[in-house]
Amino acid sequence: MTGPAGAAARHDGRRDAPVRGAAARLLTYLSLVLACAVVVVPLVAILLTSLRTAGEMAAGENPLAAPGDWFNLDNYRVAFTDGQMPQALWNTAFILFFSLLGTVFVGSMTAYAVDRFRFRFKRVVMALFLVAALVPGVTTQVATYQVVNNLGVMDTHWAPILLYMGTDIVSIYIFLQFIRSIPMSLDEAARLDGATSLTVYWRVIMPLLRPAIATVVIVKGVAIYNDFYIPFLYMPSEGLGTISTSLFRFKGPYGAHWEVISAGAALVILPSLIVFLALQRFIYSGLVSGATK
Amino acid sequence: MSAFRVAGPGVPHQEPQVAPPRHWRRPPPAGRPRAAGTRRWYTPWPYLLAPLALLVLFTYVPVVDMFVYSLTDWDGFSPVRNFVGAGNYVDLFTRPRFFQVLTVSLFYLAGSAVQMAVALYFATVLSFDIRFRNLFKGILFFPYLINGVAVGFVFLYFFQPGGTLDTVLGAFGVEPRLWLGDPDLVNTSLAGVSVWRFMGLNLVLFIGAIQSIPPQLYEAASLDGASRWQQFRFVIAPSIKPIISLSAILAISGALSVFEIPFIMTGGSNNSETFVIQTIKLAFNFNKVGLASAAAVVLLAIVLLVTWLQRLLVPDERVEQS
Repeated sequence: MTGPAGAAARHDGRRDAPVRGAAARLLTYLSLVLACAVVVVPLVAILLTSLRTAGEMAAGENPLAAPGDWFNLDNYRVAFTDGQMPQALWNTAFILFFSLLGTVFVGSMTAYAVDRFRFRFKRVVMALFLVAALVPGVTTQVATYQVVNNLGVMDTHWAPILLYMGTDIVSIYIFLQFIRSIPMSLDEAARLDGATSLTVYWRVIMPLLRPAIATVVIVKGVAIYNDFYIPFLYMPSEGLGTISTSLFRFKGPYGAHWEVISAGAALVILPSLIVFLALQRFIYSGLVSGATK
Repeated sequence: MSAFRVAGPGVPHQEPQVAPPRHWRRPPPAGRPRAAGTRRWYTPWPYLLAPLALLVLFTYVPVVDMFVYSLTDWDGFSPVRNFVGAGNYVDLFTRPRFFQVLTVSLFYLAGSAVQMAVALYFATVLSFDIRFRNLFKGILFFPYLINGVAVGFVFLYFFQPGGTLDTVLGAFGVEPRLWLGDPDLVNTSLAGVSVWRFMGLNLVLFIGAIQSIPPQLYEAASLDGASRWQQFRFVIAPSIKPIISLSAILAISGALSVFEIPFIMTGGSNNSETFVIQTIKLAFNFNKVGLASAAAVVLLAIVLLVTWLQRLLVPDERVEQS
């Protein structure tokens, strides 16, 4: 394989490599910088606009021009109070807490039952979850709406909480994948000591599932924070606005005041940015493990 | 079977045997009296009760109900509903709007193709030795984490007449356009937003798949004098085929069920109405739950058909993992 001919060919290939290589590298970096600019420019425009005064806006400046006062946070104050952000934050936090708690239990219990026991209809149960993963939630809302209505939870916090808990197949997969890596011998040792299945679940499995729980909480938490259509459809009351729906409704009265709307959007993006910077690795690995089920 | 259970000293000999298949759970090594009732047939069911109840309630009941509603003229609240057979489906397929929304999803489908190609390119580039890799990856990924409503507002502002896009393009001598006001352009603009938002997800998934390729493969390839393109073509592409085909199904079902971005940005006006916006409007604004359900059934059928075709065309070697 590495005969003289092969070596010569390789040598020839290398000779003009520095020139071509440098050009290729330059083009590669250029493409990366360009793509990053495409991502960043719309966001920068919002950020700059959020710092302008109404007067500056009326003057119709270039949207990418620097604002007169870099520390003009007036629009943020307006967006925070008139957009009912404290209430939206509270509602979102409430929904996040209970949906995540529910998802962790639902996902880990399913994974525990399916992976640790042999029982009749196990294949049927698995198939039910697998097939459900193929049904995009947004397509069945017409009928889900009636189910939620009949449960009597319409226009309460519990509607989205139940929906987030009940339609999350990806978390179940993440738990399933993870629970398989926990050796059965641990369960068996506990059982020999007289532990019941519940004790095994709670004392052996759950503590070892901690990384999976972290993954699910992060991936699912981001999805819930960003979700729009479930709170929009199921919590129409003003007082039940989440981050998404409050921002959406906020646009009505401030339709022409882009400096205030921009501040609202920036306020909503900021927590995502902080979470991203703090938890980058977990987010990447969580998404990857969720997708390669 | 029961003979083994009582056998005390015989059991340890079994331990060094080949490990049993993963799902074949042996009863715990006998010898000591087992705690009564730890492994009865009903043990797993309490754990499955809540998950299955939620699954049935929020996935299977709606799917069945939706099919039932689609055969009636129900308005969503009155106690009476009349059976109309296939009437809603006939109605649906004879509405010109129905084909209009299908055309709209083609824009998003084209967008997804672009998105996957771009993601694949950057995933490959970022897997090689590049300075500031994590910074580039982070910036390109971040839009995926942004709230959909915020994305909508960011781009409403971006596309405004005389707004950011017109300003930037103006610097290159491009005339301003009505990015969202022109019915021929609006869907391209909106699909562009969708690419902006979701490309990062594909990027991260592809990078994850590329990183799981054993490094010896690259070494072998470069020892054999493979160029970057050849490494991509013969090492990377075949290894990440499963994730590409998964992303392809998600892209198709995603293109058909686009809702948030056009709903937030244009409300579906001006030729930008999508399948889901139409369905939601029919059901909740025009109280035609029967017709809306028929539309949703058709959408679901298309999505399932696409998934099934994909499974048929690209048999997944790793199916049995789950």
